[in-house]
Amino acid sequence: MIRLVGVEKKLGGQPVLQGVDLSIPVGKLTTIIGRSGEGKSVLLKHMIGLMQPDLGEVWVGDVEISRLSGTRLNDVRKQFAMLFQGAALFDSLSVFENVAFPLREKLRMKGPGVTKRVEEKLEEVGLAGMGHKFPAELSGGMRKRAGLARALVMEPEIILFDEPTTGLDPLMAKSIHDLIVTMQRRFGFTAIMVSHEIPEIFGISDWVAMLRKGKITLMATAAEFQRTTDPEIHEFISVGGTVALPASLVG
Amino acid sequence: MTNVIEQLGQWAVSRVREMGRMLLFMLSTFAWLVRPPFRFHQFMKQLHFIGYKSVFVVVLTAGFTGMVLALQGYYSLRKFGSEGLLGSAVALSMIRELGPVLAALMVTARAGSAMTAEIGIMRITEQIDALDTMAINPMQYLVAPKLVGGLIGVPLLVALFDVVGIYGGSLVGVDLLGVSEGAYWNSMESAVEWKDVYGGILKSVSFGLIISWVCCYKGFYTRQSAEGLGRATTEAVVLSSVLILVCDYFLTSVLL
Repeated sequence: MIRLVGVEKKLGGQPVLQGVDLSIPVGKLTTIIGRSGEGKSVLLKHMIGLMQPDLGEVWVGDVEISRLSGTRLNDVRKQFAMLFQGAALFDSLSVFENVAFPLREKLRMKGPGVTKRVEEKLEEVGLAGMGHKFPAELSGGMRKRAGLARALVMEPEIILFDEPTTGLDPLMAKSIHDLIVTMQRRFGFTAIMVSHEIPEIFGISDWVAMLRKGKITLMATAAEFQRTTDPEIHEFISVGGTVALPASLVG
Repeated sequence: MTNVIEQLGQWAVSRVREMGRMLLFMLSTFAWLVRPPFRFHQFMKQLHFIGYKSVFVVVLTAGFTGMVLALQGYYSLRKFGSEGLLGSAVALSMIRELGPVLAALMVTARAGSAMTAEIGIMRITEQIDALDTMAINPMQYLVAPKLVGGLIGVPLLVALFDVVGIYGGSLVGVDLLGVSEGAYWNSMESAVEWKDVYGGILKSVSFGLIISWVCCYKGFYTRQSAEGLGRATTEAVVLSSVLILVCDYFLTSVLL
């Protein structure tokens, strides 16, 4: 489980996180929402040790990672994968090589084993036969799919999604959401997503957390979250309307 | 007045902090360099990029440098009737100074700027963060091979620069201006000592380190914008070039 305790962070002298307390449920899809510039991506980067808090603790399982570095931090990161806003594919490598990268570099795998696993993942994300293409030749949606394949290939316990649908048209955004939910249900990893896609996220998330003024002001199941009486949160989520939960998610 | 002193103090502190960060960056790269896994393919790729791909520009620069040196040297030496010493003048200038410095400056312009741009773009597009999230240390994967590429590639290029420059001098001095071929090569053989060659190698290794270190550092800490990347590339080239010239002076004063 990931747990943040009193996390504070200033960037350029400006306070961004001002005492975040948050526990992420294991094996569920938790979405963090909030206005632009509230520090949602910063919060996500704290969970994987890409940023260190000025104050507070970040726990991954029973390890406090906020002061870790080098190989000890890398050991913790082995449980993680992350899908970045722009997918962060290595542009000098083909899609196949991008997906194979962690297998070759981390697990030191070689040969047909790599090919089999990469092709499997590419097929799962709908990119079968596209392995030879380079990131520059892909559309935004395809890049996200390739990024997801790379995140999934190591079969991590936790995957972080940093605004996975930013810059995509509504149909493509829906297909990426569907893909994330399908994969999360199939493999059971803990998913933490930062998103602006309201109301869509209520239809796919198990839990929703609101980051406001540097703190988590509400964390609840998707259904409970929509029934909040907090006027500011209500105003924020009602701009995009609400959606009914799929039967599979109710309860 | 207090304000000015305060600003000056802040500037000085930030410079010292920057230098400390640069030093830690280099030490950290060396520390990651000696830890497994060793990515031989990455080292070879960087050696190919920094060394082999700079051959054309280095040969071109060396050829014309040797030629102009012979031209200038010939007319200066002729005043004293010492045209026969042209070979030693060209060879010593090349091996001691011009070879290491000019080759390093050319590598900075060609490969150093590309290193900064490559790492800077990887920083801006979160590819470096992606490496981190995969538990692959970017220092080890990205920077260490470039450092080795610079340390091995630059001395080899400098050796090539020296040879081509000396032949360029011979082309102008012997073939065009009519200096005796025997005098040209004999004077070179008698004037050049092994310590000149060792000095040149020491300089080229130092310059290779400076190029990779400064250019990787500037790329690694690029600010998140296109403007930031442009500034980082400019700073990398300017700082590397200046450090090469400063280091050259101090090494020369120690070696002479």
